[in-house]
Amino acid sequence: MIELRDVRKVYGEGRPDEVVAVDGVTLSIAPRTVTVLRGPSGSGKTTLLTLLGAMARPTSGRIVVEGREITSLPERFLTEVRRSTFGFVFQQGNLVRGVTTLENVMLPAYPLGEPRAGLLRRAQALLDELDLGHRARARAEWLSGGEAQRAAIARALVNSPKVVVADEPTAHLDTALSRDLMAVLGRLKAQGRTVIVASHDPIVCEAPVVDRVVAMRDGRLEGAA
Amino acid sequence: MRTFLERQRYLLDYTLSSLARRKGKNLSLLAVYTLVVAALASVLFYTQALRREARLVLRGAPELVVQRLAAGRHDLLPDRWVGALAGIRGVADARGRLWGYGWDPISRANYTVLVPEAFWGARGEAVVGHGVARARGLAAGDRLLLRAADGGYLSLAVREIVPEESELVAADLVLVGEEDFRGLFGIPPGLFTDAVLAVRNEREVDTIAAKVTRLLPDARAIGRSEILRTYDSVFGWRSGLVVVVLLGAVLAFGIVAWDKASGLSAEERREIGILKAIGWETSDVLAMKAWEGAAISLAAFALGVLLAFGHVFLGDMALLAPVLRGWSTLQARFRPVPFVEAWELAALFLLTVVPYTAATLVPSWRAATADPDAVMRS
Repeated sequence: MIELRDVRKVYGEGRPDEVVAVDGVTLSIAPRTVTVLRGPSGSGKTTLLTLLGAMARPTSGRIVVEGREITSLPERFLTEVRRSTFGFVFQQGNLVRGVTTLENVMLPAYPLGEPRAGLLRRAQALLDELDLGHRARARAEWLSGGEAQRAAIARALVNSPKVVVADEPTAHLDTALSRDLMAVLGRLKAQGRTVIVASHDPIVCEAPVVDRVVAMRDGRLEGAA
Repeated sequence: MRTFLERQRYLLDYTLSSLARRKGKNLSLLAVYTLVVAALASVLFYTQALRREARLVLRGAPELVVQRLAAGRHDLLPDRWVGALAGIRGVADARGRLWGYGWDPISRANYTVLVPEAFWGARGEAVVGHGVARARGLAAGDRLLLRAADGGYLSLAVREIVPEESELVAADLVLVGEEDFRGLFGIPPGLFTDAVLAVRNEREVDTIAAKVTRLLPDARAIGRSEILRTYDSVFGWRSGLVVVVLLGAVLAFGIVAWDKASGLSAEERREIGILKAIGWETSDVLAMKAWEGAAISLAAFALGVLLAFGHVFLGDMALLAPVLRGWSTLQARFRPVPFVEAWELAALFLLTVVPYTAATLVPSWRAATADPDAVMRS
């Protein structure tokens, strides 16, 4: 479903401070699976996640999503792919501060202009499903770490994406909350979604729901693709 | 269409909540912006009201005034000139006029002493403008003492004060009878300050003015439209002066606005990155920022215009009137009639709202066109 072929990402190319974040990665990710990109800080896993999630363009190589090459798509179409195919869960949730949890969940759907009542119902249902319904009117900064991560998952799901991409989702959670979060990701897999997680947390890497762990170091894959 | 409107509604809702999140910053910007618009609008409104008032007052002014020039200097005009002017074809009436400026050392102001066409007072009486009355503390029945040309003093009984409605041009007036005027200025009978003509056809004023100068080569004919132009340019010049002074404030505001607009904070850049990462297009971010700029600038424009309206038409332009109305000691007390020209509002709108909204879009466009990943990392 998602294929990366010899993908390379260089920041500040040609400058003295040039950084090769991803170096010739070839990888296939099957649909309806949970894949973990494991590696120490600076190994390039977050960069790889942003590349396969259409949040950044590779310096070279090809990325194919559902048979469509997205590498050279114009910005507008790339946004369309990002919106319709991917849902993102960032480190620390990355919710918009000062905005309620419910509105944070609704944000990805605003550009679609669907009627408000339906969107409100859907966002509230997602929060209920993640045991966060009672915090719908709370502002994002008032949520605990675990609540913020679940709110971020609800936001990632509001446009019903096929792929959920999560970057270090347990980085700021304790063991119990980390296990809860993996259970939620397991439910997403059961719903038929593809889940890709970047993490070096053993709780994530060893979770029963995980189908595959891909190790990274210095921008390259350590295991076979 | 419904989707488009719903989308705009979402964006506007989000913009308003975004503005509310940065309350302190946005409210201070709104306050400065409103004051700048109010100051500029006050100058525009008041100048326009002054011009309009001058036009209304001068509607009853003579169509043509003829002066005698001696080597280019205004000189007294003999009564035979009046006869000659009355004989010009197209002139309905010609009348010699007596008026002059008199410096009053007590109030340290110039008065305009004038003999009206039909003075309704008796000899030794005067009708004075509100400015003169205020400066000298006069009421009807008091005496006004003026130093005459022969070194003596002319004592006049104040018969009444000129009604306030015409104060813009009558504040410094002292109306007297002909004998008193001639005594005060030492002008012998048979000489006048100038002459006023009434013409049969108003459209022929220029033709008659040309006939006057042909008949009397030392004459200068001044039409009513020229007097109006003089008022227009005087008030225009003063308003220009004030606008130049205010330019400092406008410039300071421009710097504040540009700084606000161009210096997207790390938090704002991060927010744009998040929005793009979760599926907002560049155009959505720009639309949101455009709504933000428009909300601040339209609110500031509306508040500024309302403030200016109140300041000019209800508060008698308390802050800027002395500069625009004139620097005379006998300043007219004048309450402008509420009247605003649409083109003035449009010009003010173009000068304030459009540049600010544009300034907010440029940095947002730069942030919104970058990859969300890059925006969030920076």
